Amino acid sequence: MELLRFATAGSVDDGKSTLIGRLLYDTKSIFEDQLESIERTSRDRGDEQTNLALLTDGLRAEREQGITIDVAYRYFATPKRKFIIADTPGHIQYTRNMVTGASTANLALILIDARQGIVEQSRRHAFIASLLRVPHLVLCVNKMDLVDYDETVFQRIRDEFRQFASKLDIGDLTFIPVSALLGDNVVHRSANMPWYDGSSLLHHLEQVHIASDRNLIDARFPVQYVIRPQHQTNRELHDYRGYAGVVAGGVFKPGDDVVVLPSGLATTIESIDTADGAVKEAFAPMSVTIRLGDDVDVSRGDMICRPHNQPRVTQDVEAMICWLADQPLQVRGMYAIKHTTRNVRGQVRELEYRIDINSLHRDETADTLSLNEIGRVTLRTTQPLFVDEYRRNRITGSFLLIEESTGATVGAGMIL
Amino acid sequence: MTAQTYELSHLQALEAESIHIIREVAAEFERPVLLFSGGKDSVVMLHLAAKAFTPARVPFPVMHIDTGHNFDEVLDFRDSTVERLGVRLVVASVEDSIAKGRVRERPDGVRNPLQTVTLLDAINDNGFDAVFGGARRDEEKARAKERVFSFRDEFGQWDPKNQRPELWSLYNGRHHKGEHIRVFPLSNWTELDVWQYLAAEEIDLPSIYFAHEREVFQRDGMWLSVGKHNSPREHEEVVTMTVRFRTVGDAPITGAVESTAATYDDIVAEVAATRMTERGATRADDRLTEAAMEDRKKEGYF
Ligand SMILES: Nc1nc2c(ncn2[C@@H]2O[C@H](COP(=O)(O)OP(=O)(O)OP(=O)(O)O)[C@@H](O)[C@H]2O)c(=O)[nH]1
Ligand SMILES: [Mg+2]
Repeated sequence: MELLRFATAGSVDDGKSTLIGRLLYDTKSIFEDQLESIERTSRDRGDEQTNLALLTDGLRAEREQGITIDVAYRYFATPKRKFIIADTPGHIQYTRNMVTGASTANLALILIDARQGIVEQSRRHAFIASLLRVPHLVLCVNKMDLVDYDETVFQRIRDEFRQFASKLDIGDLTFIPVSALLGDNVVHRSANMPWYDGSSLLHHLEQVHIASDRNLIDARFPVQYVIRPQHQTNRELHDYRGYAGVVAGGVFKPGDDVVVLPSGLATTIESIDTADGAVKEAFAPMSVTIRLGDDVDVSRGDMICRPHNQPRVTQDVEAMICWLADQPLQVRGMYAIKHTTRNVRGQVRELEYRIDINSLHRDETADTLSLNEIGRVTLRTTQPLFVDEYRRNRITGSFLLIEESTGATVGAGMIL
Repeated sequence: MTAQTYELSHLQALEAESIHIIREVAAEFERPVLLFSGGKDSVVMLHLAAKAFTPARVPFPVMHIDTGHNFDEVLDFRDSTVERLGVRLVVASVEDSIAKGRVRERPDGVRNPLQTVTLLDAINDNGFDAVFGGARRDEEKARAKERVFSFRDEFGQWDPKNQRPELWSLYNGRHHKGEHIRVFPLSNWTELDVWQYLAAEEIDLPSIYFAHEREVFQRDGMWLSVGKHNSPREHEEVVTMTVRFRTVGDAPITGAVESTAATYDDIVAEVAATRMTERGATRADDRLTEAAMEDRKKEGYF
């Protein structure tokens, strides 16, 4: 069965967690004891009705404050698909947790409160989703029950968002009017909005075409781990040397001519092994072990690719950075960089501009990025990286910036 | 997998992700250890570790936090499994922790909460810097919030309000001496996935997971097994029933469920139809308070 990962997004209190709760409830994905537990909690707190947001807002602090603080992952399945949901926080302070949830998503659900319309945080999240290249966006205009299911409210928000989105790089955009609280258009089409002739949210999630989201063209294999069995007696194993990792793009086959970076040595693939035996093909995101025809020196952090389709080998990286830490970005500062299976260090040479989330203008006078800000930087790394544009490959195009003294992840980078 | 469309089934995708995580730890940490109780999740985790390094051996030891309240079948299973795979077994015993005065036996005899001290001491004493756990996000609402690489400070504490961002499949395992990372390769698996995988891979499990006759008595709405660690109180009536276990934990608080599911296929069908979470159905420790798991995890629990 196919797996769809999706993340919620949007401003605080727009109803993300309630929507996920409703989706789980109406698909009968909630276990009896979980339901009893949130019913009891809702009753104890004096809520009018069972608060479905409690299904994902599981931390003590979240329940006290009535907001989501960190991503909650939930799992459910219909006969058509399996789903992994990341319910992310809307509060600006926790934007980095939204980034965490959205980074692996095939689809983002951006919620808008029909009464409030599009606010800065909706724009920020939409921008982040487009920057992360989440391939499918669904804009849910929520709380339609509070605006009398008025079509013009929906249209106004849709038109305004379309205009904003035209400045972003968004592949696939869908609009659905919903009431997360009452369930309109969540699992079932709503009788309250006869003017809406699209599908329910669940129906859309089950149907959206996700097979094309992967890169099957550019063959990339970052070597993760070298497998060298220490068998003194078994001669066959004694000479075994396999390069384990996840295929990051393209398709590999035994017999393929390949090049190993950074050495540039050319060889062929002798065999592609798995614990279940050798395979005829390997493609993303399979975890496999490649054996090479020649005894070349290969270690973790190297990259196996095809001779006529190689990633860029460079120490100069241009990237969009989403800043995730309280301490601002330090231009000329050194950071640890984690890119595929490579760990290097790098200096931020220049901040070219910072993006104004509302206008999407580039502020070229900016000299730093603070928490949750986004900008374009140039980096110089201590060792070469083997990179692709993030738009071509989410794996070879992404990296983390890590503060060396604390070990904290401070920046998320997307290579241009 | 169908080569024409280049699709993985959901189990293949989960397996690939878990193997990636396990290899990442082996590559980046000096002293990883895998928590192995003989319970189904740790069995799957160890199976994945074995697959990740084939044809080499698993390059790290496994550790059992032994409450002393075990099912014999599970201990036998633990020992035969580590022997088959040729991995080193470290046993950290709650009874030793009690004997050394590190923790005190509770009046109710339940040792589950005491395990945290034993676990943290063992991590410290052995200098482990990465600890694989078999926890899944679908198990419990605090677990649903946890990262795959979960940072623990020098006291083993989890800070749910201040977790590291975790993007794409880039896992940041940086830590200072004395701190460590808990790693959860099964984060994205559900109970049903685990059973489907056990069935598909024909992985052995302790026999108590399959339906069998057993003397049980009811306490706190759960069926507890009569055995050396569990005796019924006066008013608690002992009956013989056909049961199986959905989880394997500290014996005095781990309940059996009434079930006739004796094969993998039976269990997959039963789990697919069940209306109770495995913890809700079988674990008294989670019933204490709403945030019991969160509180225990903050202190360093699994
Ligand atoms: N009337 C109405 N109220 C709603 C609807 N959806 C959500 N709410 C209410 O809006 C409030 C906030 O809902 P949440 O689901 O917690 O919002 P959220 O977007 O998850 O908030 P954060 O995660 O903190 O950003 C709650 O009181 C909900 O009951 C809706 O469709 N109609
Ligand atoms: Mg929420």
